Amino acid sequence: MSDGAEAIRLDAVRKTFGTNEVLRGIDLSVAPEEVICLIGASGSGKSTLLKCVNLLESVDSGRIFVGGEEITAPGVDVNRIRRHIGIVFQAFNLFPHMTVLRNITLAPIRALKLSRTDAERRAVDLLERFGLADRKDEYPDRLSGGQQQRVAIIRALAMEPDIMLLDEVTSALDPELVAEVLNVIRELAERGMTMLIATHEMGFARDIADRVCFLDAGTIAEQGPPEQIFSAPQNPRTRRFLQRIIEAGRL
Amino acid sequence: MLGRRAVLISTASTIVFFTAVVVAVALSPGSDIVRERFFSWFHLKQAAPEVADAFLLNIRMFVIAEVFILVLALLIAIVRGIPGPVFFPLRAGAIVFTDVFRGVPLILVLYLIGFGVPGLGLQYFSSRSEVTYGIVALVLVYSAYVAEVYRAGIDSIHESQTAAARSLGLSRWQSLRFVVLPQAVRRVIPPLLNDFIGLQKDTALVSVLGSIEAARAAQIYGAEQFNYASYVVAAALFVLITIPLARFTDHLIERDRRRRAAGTVS
Repeated sequence: MSDGAEAIRLDAVRKTFGTNEVLRGIDLSVAPEEVICLIGASGSGKSTLLKCVNLLESVDSGRIFVGGEEITAPGVDVNRIRRHIGIVFQAFNLFPHMTVLRNITLAPIRALKLSRTDAERRAVDLLERFGLADRKDEYPDRLSGGQQQRVAIIRALAMEPDIMLLDEVTSALDPELVAEVLNVIRELAERGMTMLIATHEMGFARDIADRVCFLDAGTIAEQGPPEQIFSAPQNPRTRRFLQRIIEAGRL
Repeated sequence: MLGRRAVLISTASTIVFFTAVVVAVALSPGSDIVRERFFSWFHLKQAAPEVADAFLLNIRMFVIAEVFILVLALLIAIVRGIPGPVFFPLRAGAIVFTDVFRGVPLILVLYLIGFGVPGLGLQYFSSRSEVTYGIVALVLVYSAYVAEVYRAGIDSIHESQTAAARSLGLSRWQSLRFVVLPQAVRRVIPPLLNDFIGLQKDTALVSVLGSIEAARAAQIYGAEQFNYASYVVAAALFVLITIPLARFTDHLIERDRRRRAAGTVS
C-alpha cells in the first residue's frame, strides 16, 4: 500500500468547508529530508493542506500516510501522530501566560513524559543553537515578532519531530525580521529536516526548496524543481501567478 | 499620574460633595432621631461585639461555600464544553443545572433545601445543621452563576491556542488544563470577585433558616434595644471584609499584566 521510503504521501485528498471545496484531490509524495515549498494565492489551499497532514483538520476523502502509517485511518491516536509532526503557524500562537522556557518544555514534559530536567536541557540547547538563550525567562509578549516565531519553531523542534510543517511563518513579521526566521528554516533544511513549507517568500522558496508545488484552486497545478517552476513554468496558471508576484515586486 | 492641579481639583470637589451630603442629612427634619437610632456612639459600641461575633458565622459560610463553588462551577463549565454525542447527557445536565439554579431566587432555594431535605427523613442528609443547608443552597445557586463566568472565560481564549497545544501532541484535557484554563481564569478574575462579594452578602439570607449570623444578630439587638446602630455595625462589617479582597485582586491583575506586557524589550 504505502512505500516505507516516503516521509509523507497524500492520495486524492479532498476537503470541503461548507460549499467551498478547498482541496480537490491532492496527490503528493514527500521523500525523507526533502524540502517542499507550497506556493499559490491566498485561499488556494496551502494552509488547509498542512492542517490536514497534522490532523488539525479532518479530510473528507482520500488518505494521508506519514512514515508509512495511514494517519487518516479511523481510530488512530492523533496525539501520538502529532508528536512526530511539528507545525508552526503564521501567528506564532505561543502561550502568553508561560515563559519562553515553559512554552518549549510543556509538551515534552506532558506528552513525551520527559523529566523537567531533561526537557529544560533540551530547550536550553535549542535556544542556544538559535541565539535565544538569554530570552528563556521572558514572556512571549516581551519578544519581537521574529523572536516569537523562532521560539515557536523551537517549541515544535523540542518534540524532536520527523517532519516540520511551516504555515506562512514569516507573513506576520515586519520585513526586517523575516531574515532571522528564514535563517532558522535554512539551518533545519541543511540538517536534513523533512519540511512542507507554505510560503509567499518566492526568493526563499527558490533558494531552499528541493521541489516547489504551485497550488491553485485546491489542486497542485504544477510541481517541479524551483529552477523550472520559477524560470520556465509550463502551466499558464503558474505563469499568471508568477507574473503577478513579479509585478508586486516580490520576486 | 495625576498632575498637581488635577489632584487639587479632585480633592476640593470631594470635600464640597461630601460636605453637601452631610449638611443635607443633618438639616433633614428627622435628623436628630436618625442620628440617635442609627449612629448612637453608645449603641454602636455595645452592639459591635455581638454582631461581630455573629459575623464570624458569615465568614465561615462564605469561605466554605466559595471553595466548593469555585470547584463545582469549574466542573460544570468544563462538562458543558465536552464535545461528542456520547457526552450529551452530561452536557444537558450541566445546562439544566445552570438554568434551574440561576433562575430560582436564592431565598426559595434556601427554603427548599433547608426545610425540604430535613423533611425527607433520610438518615444522614436530613439531620444536618441549618448552616450546612444554607451553605449547600449558596453553593448550588452561586455555582450556576460562576460556571457561566468560567465558560465565558474559556470561550474567550482563541481557538488557535488549542490548535497550538494539540499540534504539539497534548491531549484535549492537557490543552484545557495547561493552556486554556490558566488564561481563562486570569481573564475572569474580576467577575469572579464580583460574584464572591455577592456571595458574602447573601450569607445574610441564611438567617431565614434560623441561624444567627450578623444581620440576624443586628436585628435581634435592634428589637431588644429599640436602636438600629447594630445594623450600621453589620453593614460596616460587610463592607470592610470586601475592600481588602477587592484591592488584593486589583493588585494580582496589575502584577500579572505588568509581568507579561510588552514593556521594555531589553
